[in-house]
Amino acid sequence: MLNYSWLILLFPAAGAVINAFWGRRLGRRGVAVVANLAVLAALIMALIMAAGVRSLPAAAHGRYELTLWQWIGVGDLQVDLALLIDPLSVVMALVVTGVGFIIHLYAATYMKLDDEHHPLDARRYARFFVYLNFFILMMLTLVLANNFLQLYVGWEGVGLASYLLIGFWFHKPSAAEAGKKAFIVNRIGDFGLALAIMWLFFLFGKSAGSLGFHDLFAQLETLSAQNSPALVGITLLLLLAATGKSAQIPLFVWLPDAMEGPSPVSALIHAATMVTAGVYMIARTHPLYEMTPASMTAVAWIGGLTALLAASIALVQTDLKRILAYSTISQLGYMFLGVGVGAYAAGIFHLTTHAFYKALLFLAAGSVMHALHGELNIDRMGGLRAKLPRTYAQFLIGAAALAGLPLLAGFWSKDEILYITYQKNMPLYIIGLFTAFLTAFYSFRAVFRAFHGAPRDHHLHDHAAEQPAGMTRPLWVLAAGALFAGLIGIPAAVGGLFGVEHSHLLEAWLHPVFANVQTPHLPAWWELGLLGASSLIALAGLGLAYARYVRQAGWALRLQRLFSPVQPLLEHKYWIDEIYMAAIVTPLRRLARFFYTFGDQTVIEGAVNGLGRVTAGAGVAVARLQSGVVGLYALSLLLGAVGLLGFFLLFG
Amino acid sequence: MSLPTLDFSLILPELVVLITALLVLIADLLWPRAASRGREQAPAVLALAGLILAGLLTLLAGEWSGATLQGMLVADALARYLNLVVLLAAALGLLLSWSYLPHFSTQRSEYYALYLLAVAGMLFLGKSIELITLFVSLEILSIALYVLTGFHRGQLAGGEAALKYFLLGAFSSGFLLYGAALFYAATGATRLADIAAQNAGGFYMLAGLALFLVGLGFKLAVAPFHMWAPDAYQGAPTPVTAFMSVGTKAAALVALFRVVQAAGSVPVGVWATALAFLSLLTMTLGNLAALRQSSLKRMLAYSSIAHAGYLLVGVVAGTAAGFDAVLFYLFAYAFMNIGAFAIASLLERPGFYAVQDAGIHAADGLFGRRPWLAVAMAMFMLSLAGIPPLAGFFGKLYLFAAAVESGWAWLAVAGVLNSVISAYYYLRVVVGMFMAEPSASAHLRLPLPASATLAVALTALGTLLFGLLATPWFQGISR
Amino acid sequence: MVPTHYYLILAAIIFSMGALGVLVRRNALIIFMCVEMMLNAVNLTLVALANQWGNLSGQVFVFIVMAVAAAEVAIGLAIVMAIVRHKDTINVEEINLLKW
Repeated sequence: MLNYSWLILLFPAAGAVINAFWGRRLGRRGVAVVANLAVLAALIMALIMAAGVRSLPAAAHGRYELTLWQWIGVGDLQVDLALLIDPLSVVMALVVTGVGFIIHLYAATYMKLDDEHHPLDARRYARFFVYLNFFILMMLTLVLANNFLQLYVGWEGVGLASYLLIGFWFHKPSAAEAGKKAFIVNRIGDFGLALAIMWLFFLFGKSAGSLGFHDLFAQLETLSAQNSPALVGITLLLLLAATGKSAQIPLFVWLPDAMEGPSPVSALIHAATMVTAGVYMIARTHPLYEMTPASMTAVAWIGGLTALLAASIALVQTDLKRILAYSTISQLGYMFLGVGVGAYAAGIFHLTTHAFYKALLFLAAGSVMHALHGELNIDRMGGLRAKLPRTYAQFLIGAAALAGLPLLAGFWSKDEILYITYQKNMPLYIIGLFTAFLTAFYSFRAVFRAFHGAPRDHHLHDHAAEQPAGMTRPLWVLAAGALFAGLIGIPAAVGGLFGVEHSHLLEAWLHPVFANVQTPHLPAWWELGLLGASSLIALAGLGLAYARYVRQAGWALRLQRLFSPVQPLLEHKYWIDEIYMAAIVTPLRRLARFFYTFGDQTVIEGAVNGLGRVTAGAGVAVARLQSGVVGLYALSLLLGAVGLLGFFLLFG
Repeated sequence: MSLPTLDFSLILPELVVLITALLVLIADLLWPRAASRGREQAPAVLALAGLILAGLLTLLAGEWSGATLQGMLVADALARYLNLVVLLAAALGLLLSWSYLPHFSTQRSEYYALYLLAVAGMLFLGKSIELITLFVSLEILSIALYVLTGFHRGQLAGGEAALKYFLLGAFSSGFLLYGAALFYAATGATRLADIAAQNAGGFYMLAGLALFLVGLGFKLAVAPFHMWAPDAYQGAPTPVTAFMSVGTKAAALVALFRVVQAAGSVPVGVWATALAFLSLLTMTLGNLAALRQSSLKRMLAYSSIAHAGYLLVGVVAGTAAGFDAVLFYLFAYAFMNIGAFAIASLLERPGFYAVQDAGIHAADGLFGRRPWLAVAMAMFMLSLAGIPPLAGFFGKLYLFAAAVESGWAWLAVAGVLNSVISAYYYLRVVVGMFMAEPSASAHLRLPLPASATLAVALTALGTLLFGLLATPWFQGISR
Repeated sequence: MVPTHYYLILAAIIFSMGALGVLVRRNALIIFMCVEMMLNAVNLTLVALANQWGNLSGQVFVFIVMAVAAAEVAIGLAIVMAIVRHKDTINVEEINLLKW
């Protein structure tokens, strides 16, 4: 049944095409039905694929490659359009289609209104779902690719979809600007990916005869030494690409601005799926990283530092979606930390749980935003608990999972990463643990500021009303995920307490992909101790937030005053945007202007003008030639003939 | 002296086209009042039937090969392939003419008879392995095209285009003929096989090849022999432009293969280097000039000059892979270029007295008016620019890869850089179609005749399928 | 007997004169006559060579070229007529509607 897997790509493609051409005729209802059915069908297909992978014979190593057609064949190089179906790609496909489906459902109601709360006309409504289905198609292309070129196609495709969707409210200058920023920053990363692919091709392409992941990885045996300079270069370029797409240091600056897009887009693309592509790519290419411990260390440090940096910025943000954006960057940092220390399965685990609770948080924030007619500033909220009981419950579940409160989804996955980091890299473990504390604090700061206490803006408060069922109902599915998704990854130490063997279902599922990776283990009691420490840290963060924002306890306020000197630093996000502007963008712009005035205007325009227009009295023969007069055409012909003749007789 | 071998079965497709041309010519006599009885399209139907029959015969004649008519014509794989390209281009151009011609002319049978004669000339050119037949075929196709170029007699531009094409064409024929005479001077033979067997070197051979290249370069619209092309392409009725920009190039390229192979005594380094420079010059001039055009049709004319430059890259490579790449590109080019001209023809407003050319902004907002047409046009533009996964991308890929493999890396780099330049003016059209508001005159409903729609659909399908199925097709060519 | 290359040199000179005539003349008809001169120069070459090689290919070629040239004249005059009907001139410098 795996040989029908291509259908998973067909469904969203068909949805996009149908809505693109007949969207206006279908009306908003029809559009929503088509788009949702397309993703639902893809989800069912992903489930079938999961069953198919399960029933593969042992000899297949859980891997099935489905060649759709031979795409490029030049000389020795053969690139197919082929799907790689293995436990890893199936998990990703499930996340993309599963969370994607819920978000589509939500968006069907959410997008009925535009950003100014006027009804959105059917054409734009259809266009939104075309983009969204197109995104699903490209994301699936990315995760199901069996070779680097196809991965690249998907990589660019999701970037394009992201760009279009961030700028969906294109009449808003900030949205257009944010789209542009995302586009430019991502180009830097994509450039790294393109270079890495070319480099790989030059190293192994000839001998492997393809750009397929496994064909190339098979060639790695020819490199005996670890940390070979070429491979380090390649893996660092891949890392650059990953930092672009997954918003890590140094390329994370686009993601907060990307929140200008509609909330479902923030949830789907900028939290649950696209931004995790970098993590997925590193996990997918882990044989390369296993050969280059130096690059692994770089991945881990980038992840750890990003997690800390973004969490600290999130502490002081007042825009609800921006808090979530920085939190996303921070959580992606955890995932990088995980894959950086070789805990690939843990990284993917965190990716999965994060997809649930972060999508939940974003969609709940979207509900809040709709209820408050576009207001996202938590300083103007407060006391929304009574007004929006369902949204409150959903946001609370999401925040608790994000904070890593014991037994919720985020707890298990984050802790697994920390557990392995503890054994591999002590400084990073401490950073990770501290970040967990900050995470718990800012999560509940958002909850308490928005939903508890007295309303700070009565006008907003009085007009707030719970959102329609079309928006709140789908979120319960995500809430269930945020509560229970962690159960697929109960560590063996905990499972052992209850006499359950192989309690870590996800690790067992992914085992064929990461079979050659050794994960170290500590005694069970030690692991349980670390779990306890994490729980305490999370509760401490929650407690501090409670003390500061609900009880307004004196000591908590004094503590805040103690840290007030760093507040401007955090509020300005360490001035990173400004630094980039001054150090990179402005000089680049100057350079571009120079090239434009010199290169474009002087050379190109000059040449074009010369060729395209006859300027009176121009002595240049070339310029005169296309003058419309036969004699000059004949002259050109004759000169060419004489030249050719002379060349032949001179050199023949 | 033995009796000449006259195996007409080997030139059956050509004969079918010729006979159809004659039938079309006397169609008016057969049905004197056809027009009044709703049969005004009878010549077109007949011509299309002839083209399809010729195409079928070409496909069926897969096993028949060999020389005929005293070794003047040959039926081989190359000629068969060319037949398919030319007949395809002709059929697509004919579909366009179907609805286009009635705008300005009632002389349908003359038009289609000349059209078929041009097709026959191209087909014969592809089969010529002898200098006299080569010259005659070239002249048959040229003379027919001179008339077709000026067929829109209601407007001056058509006549001007025809005059320029004609004068310069005759001029270049002189060079080609002189080249042939010099081959004869060097070897005393007119059959290409005999010329190759003589293996004569020296002045006559070199000069002969140089002059021959001038003549063929003119037909291919290679710079600096290209100056006629923008004017002729712009002035000619758009369906004729579409057809001749592909058919003539294809036939002339096949002739170029054959002549270059026959002139084996001329060092490869000489002619290949010369062609490499011509190729560079052609693509650069074509692309730079196309940047600044205000007429869509003229922009496409310059674009097809640039494409002649790309095609030469494969000839320069000189390897089997290079020739295969050229053959592949010809098919891809037939689809995407005719498709682009087809849409240009739908956007312009032809009248009896003058054609209002489709300006560069005529396609603005097309997506809102005719979404499918806009998608098709976007495919043609992206394919011409060489963007995957469309046919044009693979064409360029194979061409440039062949060039790199045979040591012409700098030419391949120049080709890639040129593609980058070209992307600018192609993408401008695409962006306009999807992003811009329609121009002021675009409030009129865009008519979409069935025949032209069919042509657009076929070319779009071809552009896409040739991209997706590039590898199997390319391997098919290699065999 | 006159050596063959005398004919060839003469033909080359005539060809060049024809080619230069195409460049410098303004009248479409005269330009076309210059082209005819080039063709006839080639004819002379072919005939001389046929004599030298002792085969008939060159002679046959000449006949074919003459026939083609006749066809070209017919077409050329028709095209010139079509232009004159629009614009009362056959000066090619004034026929430059299509350019750039």
